[in-house]
Amino acid sequence: MKRASDLLPGEAVFRHVINAGDYWIDTLREGQRLRIVDVEGNQAADTLFFNAADVADRYSAVDTIREQGNVYLSCGTPLLSTSGNVLAEIVADTVGRHDTLGGACSSESNTVRYDLEKRTMHACRDSYLLAVGQHESLGLSKRDLTHNINFFMNVPVTPAGGLTFADGLSGPGEYVELRAAMNVIVLISNCPQLNNPCNAYNPTPLEVLIWDTDVL
Amino acid sequence: MSTHTQSYETTVAGGKHWSLTLSAGSLLRLVDLEGGANVGMLFYNPGNTLERYNAPDTLKCQHTFKLTAGHCLYSDMGRIFCSIVADSGGWHDTVCGNSTKRLVAGRWGEKSYQQYRNDWTQNGHDAFIVEGGKYGLGRRDLVANVNWFSKVAVADDGSLVFDPKHARSGAAVALRFEMDTLVLLHTCPHPLDRSAQYPRKPVAIRIGRAQPLAADDFCMNSRPENVRGFANNALYHLCGPAGTPESAS
Repeated sequence: MKRASDLLPGEAVFRHVINAGDYWIDTLREGQRLRIVDVEGNQAADTLFFNAADVADRYSAVDTIREQGNVYLSCGTPLLSTSGNVLAEIVADTVGRHDTLGGACSSESNTVRYDLEKRTMHACRDSYLLAVGQHESLGLSKRDLTHNINFFMNVPVTPAGGLTFADGLSGPGEYVELRAAMNVIVLISNCPQLNNPCNAYNPTPLEVLIWDTDVL
Repeated sequence: MSTHTQSYETTVAGGKHWSLTLSAGSLLRLVDLEGGANVGMLFYNPGNTLERYNAPDTLKCQHTFKLTAGHCLYSDMGRIFCSIVADSGGWHDTVCGNSTKRLVAGRWGEKSYQQYRNDWTQNGHDAFIVEGGKYGLGRRDLVANVNWFSKVAVADDGSLVFDPKHARSGAAVALRFEMDTLVLLHTCPHPLDRSAQYPRKPVAIRIGRAQPLAADDFCMNSRPENVRGFANNALYHLCGPAGTPESAS
């Protein structure tokens, strides 16, 4: 379901552009709002969440989709943790549907999906590993890098059980906004994928904005 | 030189858990003896448990939401743990996760070990915690698992639809292991199973040796991605990790 946000970019307490192939990792306090903007359209924001007080309690795609009874994420979706806690909730969404089945690209999965000789191309899971390696104090490692959300990606499932990678529903300036339900670590890889038509083979920037207010 | 010629057969009652390490070339066959069974399963490389089953890679590499014959189960390292060489049911779930203590208590009531002994109502999540713990794995190591015999389809609007009549008595699925693999399994209920009583469905397990991989292998050739997945396994075996039989592929 689509719903616009009333929050004004000029009132954000934090703004940051994540270029394609880069990561962003930060901690949101309970009640803060995070907006992720698809600046040029059809760019994948591969996103993970962790309970800041207990990083083993992290975003769980399977618990999230099972408990809401639907494979697509949109407004009203509580993002559940492996322990069944609500980490955050999607409170605004101008796209209407986001994927959490397809996971993040990796050098290794690229060899299978595209070509064995693409093993050295940049991939989201390399960005994730760099992020946790450069932020050791958070206590995260490869064990914690699992099944993420792909904001702005459209991966429809057919009734016969097929998985399709369809043209994106997103476009320039579309966004999704989340309210942190507890203190959460957010890790985003701005997907560097050059082999998939989902981003027209052209990875583009994302912008993240944070508001302190829990009012409105 | 491998000389495994014997097979082993056992039955795991419903609501239980087990684990074992299967070498490359093993064949694992599961049979739903009474209908309505669910087998939760996770896969790890026993030589480096950071390499583990990756459901998203498995699904997107093969453009599928369900698992059935011809599909391969991928690790996060682009390698194939096992191939589904036979399947009578046509659909297995890998996106709905596990039953939990809270879910089981809420749906069927909690039956304690103190009162019910081995008829207590175990749950899939804790089953994996226990079996994983035997190998130094903890809750951070649990990922999206397979639920053999359970069908969860998706409607046009994205809704999940569990099919309670899918798992038939005698349904069988056979897995051929393409590399040494640590397998964690449980027979606890699927989390979307809304049977009136806690479903306690036994599963027969047979372990034997698979036929050697042939050039025209159905799983390897079911998609071009799987040809490349098998090539990754061949490279892995070429490099000779400890404990991997040279004859594996």
